[in-house]
Amino acid sequence: MTGEPEVTAALAEAHGLTAEEYERAVKIVGRTPTYTELGIFSVMWSEHCSYKSSRIHLGRLPTEGPQVVQGPGENAGAVDIGDGLCAVFKMESHNHPSFIEPFQGAATGVGGILRDVFTMGARPIALLDSLRFGPLTRPRNRYLLSQVVAGIAHYGNCMGVPTVGGEVYFADIYNKNNLVNAFCVGLAESARLFKGVAKGVGNPVMYVGAKTGRDGIHGATMASEEFGADEEKRPTVQVGDPFTEKLLMEACLELMAGDHIEGIQDMGAAGLTSSSCEMASRAGTGVHLDLDLVPCREEGMVPYEMMLSESQERMLLVAKPGHEDQVREIFAKWELEAVTVGVVSDDGRLKLTFRGGTVADIPVRQLADEAPKYDRPVAAPSWIEALHGLDVEALSEPADFGEVLGDLLASPTIASKSWIFEQYDHMVRTNTAVLPGSDAAVLRIKGTDRFLALSVDCNSRYCLLNPYAGAAMAVAEAARNVVASGARPLGITDCLNFGNPERPEVMWQFAMAIEGIADACKALDTPVVSGNVSFYNETMGLGIYPTPAIGMVGLIEHGRRPVTLAFKDDGDLVVVVGATHDDLGGSEYLAVWHGREQGIPPMLDLETARKANDAVLKLMDLGLVKSCHDVSEGGLAVALAECAIAGKIGVQVGLSTQGLRRDALLFGESPSRFVLTVAPANGDMLESVLAETGVPFEVVGWVRGERLQIGVDRALTIDRPVADLGEAYDTALERALEAGG
Amino acid sequence: MPIGVVVFPGSNCDHDVAHVLSAVCGADVRMLWHRSHDLEGADALVLPGGFSYGDYLRAGAMAKVSPIMAEVARFAREGRPVVGICNGFQVLVEAGILPGALVRNRDLRFICRDVTLRVEQTDSPCTSGYSRGQVVRFPIAHADGNYQADADTLKRLEDEAKVAFRYCASDGTSASSRDDAHNPNGSANAIAGIFGEHRNTLGLMPHPERCAEEILGNADGRPFFEGLVAALAGVA
Repeated sequence: MTGEPEVTAALAEAHGLTAEEYERAVKIVGRTPTYTELGIFSVMWSEHCSYKSSRIHLGRLPTEGPQVVQGPGENAGAVDIGDGLCAVFKMESHNHPSFIEPFQGAATGVGGILRDVFTMGARPIALLDSLRFGPLTRPRNRYLLSQVVAGIAHYGNCMGVPTVGGEVYFADIYNKNNLVNAFCVGLAESARLFKGVAKGVGNPVMYVGAKTGRDGIHGATMASEEFGADEEKRPTVQVGDPFTEKLLMEACLELMAGDHIEGIQDMGAAGLTSSSCEMASRAGTGVHLDLDLVPCREEGMVPYEMMLSESQERMLLVAKPGHEDQVREIFAKWELEAVTVGVVSDDGRLKLTFRGGTVADIPVRQLADEAPKYDRPVAAPSWIEALHGLDVEALSEPADFGEVLGDLLASPTIASKSWIFEQYDHMVRTNTAVLPGSDAAVLRIKGTDRFLALSVDCNSRYCLLNPYAGAAMAVAEAARNVVASGARPLGITDCLNFGNPERPEVMWQFAMAIEGIADACKALDTPVVSGNVSFYNETMGLGIYPTPAIGMVGLIEHGRRPVTLAFKDDGDLVVVVGATHDDLGGSEYLAVWHGREQGIPPMLDLETARKANDAVLKLMDLGLVKSCHDVSEGGLAVALAECAIAGKIGVQVGLSTQGLRRDALLFGESPSRFVLTVAPANGDMLESVLAETGVPFEVVGWVRGERLQIGVDRALTIDRPVADLGEAYDTALERALEAGG
Repeated sequence: MPIGVVVFPGSNCDHDVAHVLSAVCGADVRMLWHRSHDLEGADALVLPGGFSYGDYLRAGAMAKVSPIMAEVARFAREGRPVVGICNGFQVLVEAGILPGALVRNRDLRFICRDVTLRVEQTDSPCTSGYSRGQVVRFPIAHADGNYQADADTLKRLEDEAKVAFRYCASDGTSASSRDDAHNPNGSANAIAGIFGEHRNTLGLMPHPERCAEEILGNADGRPFFEGLVAALAGVA
């Protein structure tokens, strides 16, 4: 092809390929690759698309179980939820774009994950987000948060898919690398899931949706590099159009209700390249594309640009023979293009022609499945010992525990996120039975007596201090959140955000986190059905805390109604399920009150976690639980306050230290604990059921009055009006955002 | 007594309205595609919420020129029931079927939360199931719900009792100004919903279809649709 730059080893290096990778590419094509081919190799073998550093570790995750309808490897995973239906879900990162251009970066993150779900033939019913920012005391972070939230709202609201929950944490380490992970759940008939396969030699390959522009070229490659000091990466960020995606979704779902296609795949990262290669590779076929037929938004686009563009709102599909007209008709109804751009072949090659010449001819299997795979060196970081070495005894106990509680409730990580979720349409589709702000979002499944409970969790401070334990606790907390709402955990998706994998300590964090997730998922019977790895969350050598965000899907069955965290009625007994240990290490209390992100994080015992979950679900089955809340950041005192604030009612409890420090008792974060309430008349029954399970518990007090009163060893230690705590909790985020703004 | 739900490209509460009308109220529902001129024998029309045409240009500005809008206008002129919810209200206003304009919320942000409303008039199909002055809780979900009109129009709406719903405190006290905490978006006279010329047309920003089932924790919106279905049955 005339006019294309000459391909050299130096150009390959500029494309992010190592010398060995380039040699491998040369060997695969049997000559010097064309410029277009070089572009294709560079994106397909980028960390983002190839998982070259993570693949050997990911194999350790449990992915099977009777509930699994679709495991990893497709656009999204799926678990059975009864009546022939399945929940289709996946979480994905959009970190790099959301730092460069937070509004569009976050918006297109939502757009991408929605496409992954409706590509499977599922109608998306819920979105959640896991976000990380630097502290709001910095103007840049206030800007990033506001724009990320606006971007998520812009896309999700217009799509008519409710954003029902999520999590946000703030820590200095995210100043230069904020994280935006989007989690989408859809509903489909298990027998009618669609896959990304180019099946049937001779079948037409069709391009549907928006036109291809020059936006997002090399987005996947960018996501596979660290940020430098002052690089201008804005052109690599895509611009989203949720209206077009809404039309695309309706058109695809209408198309999939009929019998017109063999396979379909979203054009996400690496656009036309990855969709065509992956579809052919999965089916063991080849794909020939005539690039002259690709709908382009701009004049003069060349094959290299077409293949690498990450323009949004596009899909590639393989139609059944003779069904092209029906495909075109449905897309025309939704005012979208559907163009035949190629054909499925039997030669196992990705062959691209443009203006009469062949511009790329690569064996698909080598390109897609035989991408480089690295067993990168792993080494525990030398600094971790120093972080563990925290002398808790040297820390003075606070004089006023009520003041600590107030500060914790107003800490942006703990405080109410209503300022955020009120900007999201969280009710559209009329399924949201438990609104954002409880442990899990709960959606009814129309036409059944069941509900889905969804949660996303990760305490990355724990993961910094102990990546194995932190990752296991992320799974356990996500499970506890869905259990607290009354649901049995079914499965997870994970979004693994880490620093530069070429550094052995980052790879060690990754390997340990994978072990933690694997062990927790086995113990809690929640297989991993989909996921995403995001490396290189690092700026000038400073990597983020390991942040393996866990998205959990659970099911409420047997005609039971969801349970919320809000205390309900005066006189209800308050019960703490699970044991409290000396677990101040890595706590929010240490960070907020003592300014230390140190110590040994709580040690999670998976058997205990499982038993506690089962015990609570047993109580739920018996209809005994009036409110239930997981104990996490801020410990028991914060959990009690959150239940009281949500219920707008007071609580009186008495606790005993039994050898613990008072701050460890009140604010320590021992896992596998719940705060729940029961009607006084059912107290005895609850006690006998719990006693049978062997799970430790204590009836600590009752719901009463308008104040939160906690006695420790018979001394009134915290005594605050619930309304005042509520004011601090509800307005903290808005105040932090307006400060100096 | 079929009820037509008009579907524009970008409508996203169309399924929700249809669900409440059919599964909750037992009505016969027809989904009417915006490009059609055929109302399929509908005896009432609902324009649902969403982002018709992505709300590009201005909310409702493109949808008003959809082919079906000529039929909607004719149907309204004939005195037959037309209800616009959220984006549907914006479309009716843009089409001139209802007076005034819906501009950007006072705080410039999209707001999704429950608000309390006072039912001001009960002599229309959708409000007949409420008592006058009753306080109900409906969710809102919009960025452009700030109702504004010139002084003459506002006076006429008030004089002719054409204000259907008004934002209020939970005890029913009216929001006193556009900055009042109980006025979520800054609407003039705290107006949340209005009637057109003959009370057969109604537009409102809050979403009664999102609170019409006990399972969602709030059924305050159910009489809104039951009233419409009952009125149509009465006509027959």
